[in-house]
Amino acid sequence: MSHTVLQILLLAIVGLPLAGAVAALLPAPPGLKGRSPEQAVLRHGVTVTGAVLALTVALAAGFDHDRPARMQATTDVSWIPALGIRFHLGVDGVSLPLVVLTSLLTFLCALYSYYRVPDGPSPKAFVALLLLLEAGSLASFAVLDLVLFFLAFETVLVPMYFLIARWGGEGRERGAWRFVLYTLLGSVVMLLGLLLVGIKGGTFDMVALATDNGSGLSHSTQVIAVLAIGAGLAVKAPMFPLHSWLPDAHTAAPTVGSVLLAGVLLKMGTYGLVRIVLPVAPDGAHTFAPYLAAFAAVGIVYGSLVCLALARRGSGGDLKRLIAYSSVGHMGFVLLGISTLTPTGVNAALFANIAHGLITGLLFFLVGGIKDRYGTTDLDRLSGPTGAALYGRAPRLGGLLAFGAVASLGLPGLAGFWGEMLAMFASFRPADGLSRPAYLTFMALAGLGTLLTAAYLLVVVRRVCMGGNGEQHTTAAKGAVPALADVRPYEFAAWTPLVVLTVLAGLWPAALLGLTDPAVQQLLGGGN
Amino acid sequence: MVLLADSAAVSLVQSVDWLAVAPPLIAAVAALAVLVADLFLPAERKHVLGGVTVGGLLLAGLALIPLRAGTRSTFCLTGGSHTCSYEADHFTLVLQFLVIGGALLTALLSATTVREQELPAGEYWFLLLSSAAGAALLPASRDLATLVVALEVASLPAFALVGLRRGDRRSSEAALKFFLSSVTATAVTLLGVSFVYAATGTLHLTDVAHSLAAVDPRLATLARTGVVLTLVGFAFKTAAVPFHFWVPDAYAGAPLPVAGYLSVVGKAVGFTGIALVTVIAFPTYSDVWGPALAVLAALTMTAGNVAALRQRPDRKLSAVRLLAWSSVGQAGYLLVPLAAAGYGSDPGHAVGATVAYALMYAAVNLGAFAVAVLVGRTAAHHRIADYRGLYARSPFAALALAFFLLCLAGLPPGVIGLFAKVTVFSAAVDAGLGWLAAVMAVNVVIALYYYLQWTAFLFRPAGEPEGTADGEAAAVKTRMPRSLGAAIGLAAAAGLVLSGAPQLVLRYASGSLL
Repeated sequence: MSHTVLQILLLAIVGLPLAGAVAALLPAPPGLKGRSPEQAVLRHGVTVTGAVLALTVALAAGFDHDRPARMQATTDVSWIPALGIRFHLGVDGVSLPLVVLTSLLTFLCALYSYYRVPDGPSPKAFVALLLLLEAGSLASFAVLDLVLFFLAFETVLVPMYFLIARWGGEGRERGAWRFVLYTLLGSVVMLLGLLLVGIKGGTFDMVALATDNGSGLSHSTQVIAVLAIGAGLAVKAPMFPLHSWLPDAHTAAPTVGSVLLAGVLLKMGTYGLVRIVLPVAPDGAHTFAPYLAAFAAVGIVYGSLVCLALARRGSGGDLKRLIAYSSVGHMGFVLLGISTLTPTGVNAALFANIAHGLITGLLFFLVGGIKDRYGTTDLDRLSGPTGAALYGRAPRLGGLLAFGAVASLGLPGLAGFWGEMLAMFASFRPADGLSRPAYLTFMALAGLGTLLTAAYLLVVVRRVCMGGNGEQHTTAAKGAVPALADVRPYEFAAWTPLVVLTVLAGLWPAALLGLTDPAVQQLLGGGN
Repeated sequence: MVLLADSAAVSLVQSVDWLAVAPPLIAAVAALAVLVADLFLPAERKHVLGGVTVGGLLLAGLALIPLRAGTRSTFCLTGGSHTCSYEADHFTLVLQFLVIGGALLTALLSATTVREQELPAGEYWFLLLSSAAGAALLPASRDLATLVVALEVASLPAFALVGLRRGDRRSSEAALKFFLSSVTATAVTLLGVSFVYAATGTLHLTDVAHSLAAVDPRLATLARTGVVLTLVGFAFKTAAVPFHFWVPDAYAGAPLPVAGYLSVVGKAVGFTGIALVTVIAFPTYSDVWGPALAVLAALTMTAGNVAALRQRPDRKLSAVRLLAWSSVGQAGYLLVPLAAAGYGSDPGHAVGATVAYALMYAAVNLGAFAVAVLVGRTAAHHRIADYRGLYARSPFAALALAFFLLCLAGLPPGVIGLFAKVTVFSAAVDAGLGWLAAVMAVNVVIALYYYLQWTAFLFRPAGEPEGTADGEAAAVKTRMPRSLGAAIGLAAAAGLVLSGAPQLVLRYASGSLL
């Protein structure tokens, strides 16, 4: 495909959701009124996200897979000459998978919401916010200018805040408020770091800065810049001591909000580390890599220990909260991979990023489905004294949940395995100059984390899917437990793509790694 | 040469370029016209005066167009250095545009307040126009006498405007407080000006700069004291710490549109004066005023933001007080590039950053005040809690206010607010004022908290118990007055256009203005 076509495709991918968000607020034109205004606007959401997904697939097909290290579909025009800010867009092997993941997840969310209308105020605002969120996320993966990246990074906050605060469950105001406050505090610091890089480096252009590979920046500038930018990205990722907003936000968020928060928003943090911190300030990254690795390793163990505690009987653990904490652990692997500063590690991180988006997205969808059926996500109330017996009562749902759980614990042959295995493998041999014994310790900790992860996920499967002692028929007869519907067709439609991709990525990791590896080599090697 | 000097000596009368002085002049003439017309108009037709004011300000704004080349000057000395007292350069024109635009928005949002609160119409419009004329004169002034006169012409009507709510004790008290502290500041400025004059023997800014460079060592202390004292009066107008104590009371006591006017045009007057005096007249003393302004900026933004943070949403007047304190905080940001001008090699750039920030701030802050006026019609207590559920009652006003607040906070979709802050940040970092940039970052975060909290209030479902009491009044006044709608619309349009094309104002930060 010619460059111009690709360029237009990418521009449309970023611009279409934005236009769609505005259009969602306007009254529906005649002919598209549908059965009711609510139905019309939800259908509008499905149409727009579907179109964006189609465009993204076209972009991925047109992408020159032989040269994934090169920026493709680029647009580069001056926007604010006074500050040297350019409207620079483009995708390479690092960002393309994330763009595809984002538009896929948003489409599935829109589809899911079309049939399962979210509880809360008018769906009109819901669709507009969803589309705005999509525009912001896609833009942050597609822009190649530091200030534009910041802008896109911030744009997603507003819709996510409202999605949690207006359509969320219990504790939504507090959860939404914490989410916004934490992320904003981090991103103000990040802005300072980006400005420092821009002013000292003489340009805000990521490609130009990456090609220089920090040669224009003094060591102390790089250290400060990495500290500032890294802080903002670490809050978003989230890194271990800065993660405490995540469980609250996830617990309160509506299903769709949780899926996008885990599947897309968290990826911005790690993407920023790979795209900005590593190539632009390699010296600074080198200085902080061991600390990042230490926090990542602690995060892995901490996340799984919390999950283990939440999964215990009688602890009143919430299933959404548990998956949120498991995200802290999984993102720990991503951060560990990045902190090794080796191509293997960074590839592992990017792979684990995508895998986590698919698997955790699926898990949050499933938990949303369980909540619809049981009216709660509290593990104790859900499982009762004997277990929720999902296998018996809704076998397909139970099967999917078990699939999600084993994918999440990193079963070989599924997507979760490769990223985590490669991340540990990379920390066995970190980049030159990094303390090997330290990284071996981190590797051991991460290994311990995988064991703990397996433990709590199996506990969850046992408590939710199994049990019941065959008594459920009698209790159902008494009317104490309502009959459960198994997976509905629209749920199948929304979940199957995630299942298929999880299996596909697990069986054929080369498809993804072949895309990221050349780009990663170039980012680490200074544009050569 | 001799001949030339002779002929100059013959005509001591300075020539006047009427076109160059048109913008402030038209405002002043309109003020007089309003005052005279007020005598002959019957009470029920006084609303015409509002129209005259808006028309006069529009004309004054149009008068800027023929000057846009930015090369005119007038009231020049006929001999000696041929320095001019009035220059219509680009700096002047941009600030005159700001002042006149700000006054125009104020006039639009005043119309309903004047009618509903039964303020004396003739006086109100006359005072507003006079103050605007003074404020428009100030950026063009290039000698210390004209500067002080312009400062006073801008301020004196403002005292009266603050105290215009007849029979309201708080209003009179606020006016008196404002008056006394302002007069003290002006007196100090005059003392400073006289010291500078004593040390240099001239009042023209450029000549002062030349003379200060080679001032008699015995007079150095005098000159130094003069420089510091001169700045005091201007710092007062920008409401910089420690001259900020009048702000919350004055804003709370004044009619709301006047508070908006003071927060925008009043501040513009102050920082224009500081920019002119420091950059043109006192460049040799940048080691004195640079650090002083930097400390002032840091203190001002911190004091303003911390005080704004402490406003309880359900207290009476909390919305107005929050706007007042946040405007003190914003004044701190405006001072940052001016302080940077004292360190950098290129003060013109830094001043441009202040101007760009001020243009953004003027549009969105007046917009926020316009929505406050609108909400104040149904909820007289001006509590932030009254904004709860505004989106459900009046989506347009709520969305506009949310946009203005996000601009002030510097968050998307208020893109222009973000970039204006970026400009200020980079001015500080360029000048090596890393610590000031760090202080500013902390302040931006504090400000985010209260701006966001207010924004979140707009979209929360309305509280039941309090809503009923005001419900009947709300039903009567639900329709938005046209002039108020126009003011909100104009401010929002300005913010949106600037967010799409920030270059429109940010180019001042890259080009040299002074």
